[in-house]
Amino acid sequence: MSPNINPLVLFFASIFTSNILLSNFLGMCSFISISKNLKSSNGLGMAVAMVMTVTTALNWIVEKYIIIPFQIEYLRYIIYIIVIAAVVQILEMLIDRISPNLYISLGIFLPLITVNCAILGVALFMQLRNYTLLQSVFFGLGSGLGWWLAIVLLGAIRMKVDKAPVPAPLKGVGITLITIGIMAMAFMGFAGMINVQ
Amino acid sequence: MGKKYKEVFLKNTWYENPVFVLVLGICSTLAVTNNLKNTLIMTIGVMLVTGFSNLTVSLLKNLIPSKVRMMTQVLIISFYVIIVDIILRAYLPDVSKALGPYVGLIITNCIIMGRAEAFAQSNDPIISFWDGITSGLGYMIVLVAIAFFRELLGFGTIFGYRVMPENFVNWTIMIMPPSAFFMLAIFIWIVKGFKKEGAK
Repeated sequence: MSPNINPLVLFFASIFTSNILLSNFLGMCSFISISKNLKSSNGLGMAVAMVMTVTTALNWIVEKYIIIPFQIEYLRYIIYIIVIAAVVQILEMLIDRISPNLYISLGIFLPLITVNCAILGVALFMQLRNYTLLQSVFFGLGSGLGWWLAIVLLGAIRMKVDKAPVPAPLKGVGITLITIGIMAMAFMGFAGMINVQ
Repeated sequence: MGKKYKEVFLKNTWYENPVFVLVLGICSTLAVTNNLKNTLIMTIGVMLVTGFSNLTVSLLKNLIPSKVRMMTQVLIISFYVIIVDIILRAYLPDVSKALGPYVGLIITNCIIMGRAEAFAQSNDPIISFWDGITSGLGYMIVLVAIAFFRELLGFGTIFGYRVMPENFVNWTIMIMPPSAFFMLAIFIWIVKGFKKEGAK
């Protein structure tokens, strides 16, 4: 569909204009439940950005060299999920070995990522839009960073909103959703600059 | 026995509705709620997948070692999602195209995993199936309500038929992503307000 987009353009587009979270609604579950606290949102954001870059590239390779030659397109979802789960598992072990400090701050979030819709979503978008390997890497990295940016912003806003007088039925999830809506509108402001769909 | 089924039904559609009480599974489907027809088909897909994966998990619960439990559940769910995807592609190619990757994303819908883990793991197959179907129904009610207003105000139509008068100006924002968040927030606001009244 879009083989000629410059990977760098794609990178910035997936951070700002077509932010995976705010325009495609992916990864909402953990987004809402974790963003109560700035520190853990930062940790989860970092983990998601990392996993997303690795899995998107790996899934591209799997798609090109395993799924298409063997004509097992109908098993695509299962294969993608297995790749994601495996990467998360390996990454967890690696981080534990290399940097125990990082493990303490990221460790608890890693298992959550397997069921994060954003990771699978990015892989599926990558396949649907026929990106090349380079484009996929930048797309994965950009989407991950965009997700990280969004969750940190929301985490910071929520800490302030918690102290504000909000109508009782709107407390908690309600006001959070409205905040996300306003954030989505702000990100839409970038939309005219680059358009990648 | 009949009483238990009714209890599960009420709990899943109202008292512990997956969307507005537990805030689960809104990831993949908010994106399709600007069109009533797509939303309806998508939520029916979710409902069937939840029901059947609950049934399967419940039937297999004594055979699955607890260490690989999560992984097995994900595989069972992906199996049913693939069936839904193939059926959609064969019988409703337009809708399948419009939904795009969101059909595949049913796999990571937290409701399905949540029900398999919380209910099917410790209950009989039949009632687990019923639990899955009613959870899907609770999900459907909310999303169809949101889609109704988004399509009505965004395009002036319902199921593609024009209902608003000719001089109605479409609210473009209603088709855009932010409105999905606003609509869900308003929905939660109304429901919670209503529940508080009831509690008094």
